[in-house]
Amino acid sequence: MSPIPPPTSAMQPVLRALRLPQFGWGSKIAALVLAVIVVLTLLAQWIAPHDPLTMNPLARLKGPIEGHPLGTDNFGRDIFSRVLIGGQLSLIIGIATAVVSVLIGLVIGMVAGFFRTADAIIMRMMDALMAIPSILLAIALVALNGPSVGSVIAAITIPEIPRVVRLVRAVVLAAREEPYVEAAIALGTSMPKILVRHLVPNTLAPLIVQGTYILASAILTEAILSFLGAGVSTETPTWGNIMAEGRMFFRIKPELILYPGLALSLCILSINLLGDAARDMLDPRLKKRAG
Amino acid sequence: MLFKTRNFDAAPVALQARNLTVSLPETPGNPQVLKSIDVTIRQGETVCLVGESGSGKSVTSLAIMGLLPEALKVASGTIALQGRDLLPLSQAQMRELRAARVAMIFQEPMTALNPVLRIGDQIMEVMELHTDLPLAERRRRALAIMEQVHLPDVDRIFRSYPHQLSGGQRQRIMIAMALVLEPVLLIADEPTTALDVTTQKQILSLIDELQQKHGTAVLFITHDMGVVAEIADTVYVMKHGEIVEHGPVETLLRHPRADYTRKLLSAVPSLSPRDARVVADDTVLRVEALNKVYGGGGILKSLPQAHAAKDVAFTLSRGRTLGIVGESGSGKSTVARCIMRLIDPTSGRIMLDGTDIADLSRRALRPHRQKLQVVFQDPMRSLNPRWTIAESLIEGPLNYGTPRREALAEAARLMGVVGLPEDALARYPHQFSGGQRQRIAIARAVMMRPDVLVADEAVSALDVSVQAQVLDLLDQLQRDLGIAIVFITHDLRVAAQICDEVIVMSRGAVVEHGPAAEVLAAPAHAYTRALIDAAPGRFWDFHNFRELPKVTHAQPA
Amino acid sequence: MLGYILRRILAVIPVMLLVAVFVFLLLRLTPGDPAAIIAGDMATPAQLERIREAMGLNQPLHIQFVTWLGRLMQGDLGVSLISNTPVSAMIADRMGPTFAIAILTILMSVAMAVPMGVLAAWKHRSGADYAVMTFSVLGFSVPVFVIGYLFILIFSLKLGWFPVQGYTPVGSGLGAFLSNAFLPALTLSTIYIALIARMTRANMLEVLGEDYIRTARAKGAPERTVLFRHALKNAAVPILTVIGSGFALLIGGVVVTETVFNIPGIGRLTVDAILARDYPVIQAMILLTSFLYVLVNLLIDLSYSFFDPRIRY
Repeated sequence: MSPIPPPTSAMQPVLRALRLPQFGWGSKIAALVLAVIVVLTLLAQWIAPHDPLTMNPLARLKGPIEGHPLGTDNFGRDIFSRVLIGGQLSLIIGIATAVVSVLIGLVIGMVAGFFRTADAIIMRMMDALMAIPSILLAIALVALNGPSVGSVIAAITIPEIPRVVRLVRAVVLAAREEPYVEAAIALGTSMPKILVRHLVPNTLAPLIVQGTYILASAILTEAILSFLGAGVSTETPTWGNIMAEGRMFFRIKPELILYPGLALSLCILSINLLGDAARDMLDPRLKKRAG
Repeated sequence: MLFKTRNFDAAPVALQARNLTVSLPETPGNPQVLKSIDVTIRQGETVCLVGESGSGKSVTSLAIMGLLPEALKVASGTIALQGRDLLPLSQAQMRELRAARVAMIFQEPMTALNPVLRIGDQIMEVMELHTDLPLAERRRRALAIMEQVHLPDVDRIFRSYPHQLSGGQRQRIMIAMALVLEPVLLIADEPTTALDVTTQKQILSLIDELQQKHGTAVLFITHDMGVVAEIADTVYVMKHGEIVEHGPVETLLRHPRADYTRKLLSAVPSLSPRDARVVADDTVLRVEALNKVYGGGGILKSLPQAHAAKDVAFTLSRGRTLGIVGESGSGKSTVARCIMRLIDPTSGRIMLDGTDIADLSRRALRPHRQKLQVVFQDPMRSLNPRWTIAESLIEGPLNYGTPRREALAEAARLMGVVGLPEDALARYPHQFSGGQRQRIAIARAVMMRPDVLVADEAVSALDVSVQAQVLDLLDQLQRDLGIAIVFITHDLRVAAQICDEVIVMSRGAVVEHGPAAEVLAAPAHAYTRALIDAAPGRFWDFHNFRELPKVTHAQPA
Repeated sequence: MLGYILRRILAVIPVMLLVAVFVFLLLRLTPGDPAAIIAGDMATPAQLERIREAMGLNQPLHIQFVTWLGRLMQGDLGVSLISNTPVSAMIADRMGPTFAIAILTILMSVAMAVPMGVLAAWKHRSGADYAVMTFSVLGFSVPVFVIGYLFILIFSLKLGWFPVQGYTPVGSGLGAFLSNAFLPALTLSTIYIALIARMTRANMLEVLGEDYIRTARAKGAPERTVLFRHALKNAAVPILTVIGSGFALLIGGVVVTETVFNIPGIGRLTVDAILARDYPVIQAMILLTSFLYVLVNLLIDLSYSFFDPRIRY
């Protein structure tokens, strides 16, 4: 009989994923960039050199000048301060969307994966929901419910749910065929217990990965909504709103779009890279981007 | 004639590997997967490379083909094909040799053919790549070789796609593709392992026939000693990347020199049935008129019906083992899953300790579940990978109200019974080998003190030496605890070794039912006889290194 | 085969019907008076009544739905609240530029993305692979309008290769069309290329590990044959699937890109409708694009059997 290795701690795959040294240098840089962005935006109130809403008609559309490292916009507001503050709402909306859509999708996906009768109906509804282009659906929802933060979160969340449902359902369907689940049935374990103890943990790894992708795509969608004039009210500085306002002055001062665009892109890029790394780590079989 | 006794000393050498060492250069410690092995194959000779998983037999074949996975590198040695060393050749030069001079067939005929290309095109592609033959000639030769591998209706199959053919037909296509250019050497890597025994027999005799016709040298890789006895001229036994022994087949089977060879041969279960044990009169499981029909219905088009189990009936009493034997698609697993109520039978009765559980609701079934436990085939998937062994073992008892402390104590005790250290309880399934996991799965079932244990191909995924240990464990548990076992298997040897009684199934129906000694030694049904006839090496008693004392063959009833 | 096509088409009907129900309920189930939402806060009671009348909001819900669906079947998408012209006419008017650019985008994307993905999978873990993956993750991360403005800044303003904005129909000459349409199409392509290249790579990697690829190599097939004859055709179905599901991205992208490049297509129409709260137009656009999405994916479903003989039933 071959020798048995020593016991190791619980939650093998998750622990393995959390051990950062296993990440490549790309993901380490991504983690660092994301950390810097998050810290800067969280501390924006204290770091920002100016109030992002204070206008200064005497210093409109100025290049980098004393006290305004990135220059000023068409109302003479400090671009650097606005970009810093603008990240706050983008991140909040992104995180809220990711959490809410994953939780709702998890529940619906579980039901679809486990109850055959509900499955057909739920999945047709998800098909229909996925057929509606997410940006247009979000636009309509915001147009109807008004430009509040809550309605923007709802508008971005709803189109993301079908993807989570499909993922969870697929994992549950695959897992319930596993012999260890059949063995649990033979051991007299009740269905709800099998669902919670055997099947839900299987969805954890793919959901972490999917959650990061949703986070990235939600931040992106928020920016697009704001850019199209269907986001949170235009007085609030978000990355999308800053860029939307910059459109008019793009030829004179492209920085109005490029700086917030750069911040936004770096943020999404690092989240996507971390998502890829997490996917490779947690489950090598999950090679394809779901949805 | 028992074995092949041809002499090849005078035949020219087809392939010779010398001091062949293959290693994993990127893995720390640069471990060697092949350790300086020597193999010689002469024209017309069949050399069997036999060993358990991880012995390096497949790596040897891939090294010869120049198809080693990227992580593996040939560290030293030579591989000479008709005197020409292959190792210094460029990729392009190797490509020219493949299929033209060295051809290969693989284990899984179901996945070895490209699913989106027609059979004819795949065979003709070989000629397209290596010859300048015009299309008409390529087509003529493809059809000719298809005739040679005894495919029916070659014109239709020529135009078919792989999914329209059976596993045996696909393996014939693979052989046709391999031999169409008359290569010097054919490498067959477990070519019959995925096939049913009757198909296996046909493929083995086909390889034999074509080899004699074309004078091809064959390197046959297998784990199955029965197959070795059937087809080998010369045998090489491999273990952990080394050749522990080689020699003519008869010498090796009669007088094995290396300990490992003796161990390997002794582990092969005998085809002569065990002595049946006394029939106790306390019946624990009685199945009556069990039927399972799949399909029918469908919304937009009616699905074809499949009668997966037809009127299956048997009784099983305490302490005895009933074998359900059959090939794939025979319905044996359907019966097992019906008994376990993992699927619902269409009709019939399943009397467990006097209660009919066939129609009970999930809730009403629960109290009866603990009397009926199961061990599955795949040891890699039968334990939850996220749970410690302890958690898996106590899951069942906790469901029935056993206090956690008591359940854990029992789990620790059972670890000893199944031959694992007590601290195995704190570990995870991935830290154990396949055989160890199967012991754990058995322990998990025994935790419930079941009356009946259903073992669904429970030893089929294991190497033969591990298989022997697990069978011993089952036997011991049965003696100690009086469990009745329903043993589902495709392997007659395994059935012969442990079953008191045997049911033979074919296409959902029971074709024969009786004491193992009668069914296996004097089969009454033609299908059973075909099954036994097809068992490779059935004339040989591997365990005792001699022929079986006169195979008793039933006279047709 | 015919049965398969028929079944696929039939399966699409409930999905389309559900889309219609969703879109219908979107307005009706929104908290508050739909008419007030559409008209805005400053509406007079008379205006509200006019909107209710125009959209049939005074009737019970199921009657509203039946009437609405009936009109929809006849191609009646309602009337714009702003211009009072039929929405279908407005859309028909603006369809040309959008379709021209969308088709150009799809052609460019597939032509670039598939070879990129194949190369990345073949040279797995090489410089080429990392380059493709980097491009792909960038494509997912940079918002499409930032890319658009960046392209304008570089290719139009700095280099002067293309006009800054605007649109010329194909009818006025291919060269003129391309000079206007190339940058928008390239902008739209980035995310599409990222998606398709990534999917191609992932599936090629998977297929290249299959047994039949080993068989092909054992036959002595050169890499070109292995990649394109044996592997790519097997990877085609998931690649097609992602081209289909990426169509939704394309629609979202069109709305943004037309705004950036000032192209008078249906995307631009949608944005103007949002700003003017012209709900009938928004609703019609959602319906239209969803149906288009379903149709495109139906066609892609039907094309599977061309690539994979196993899909016949």
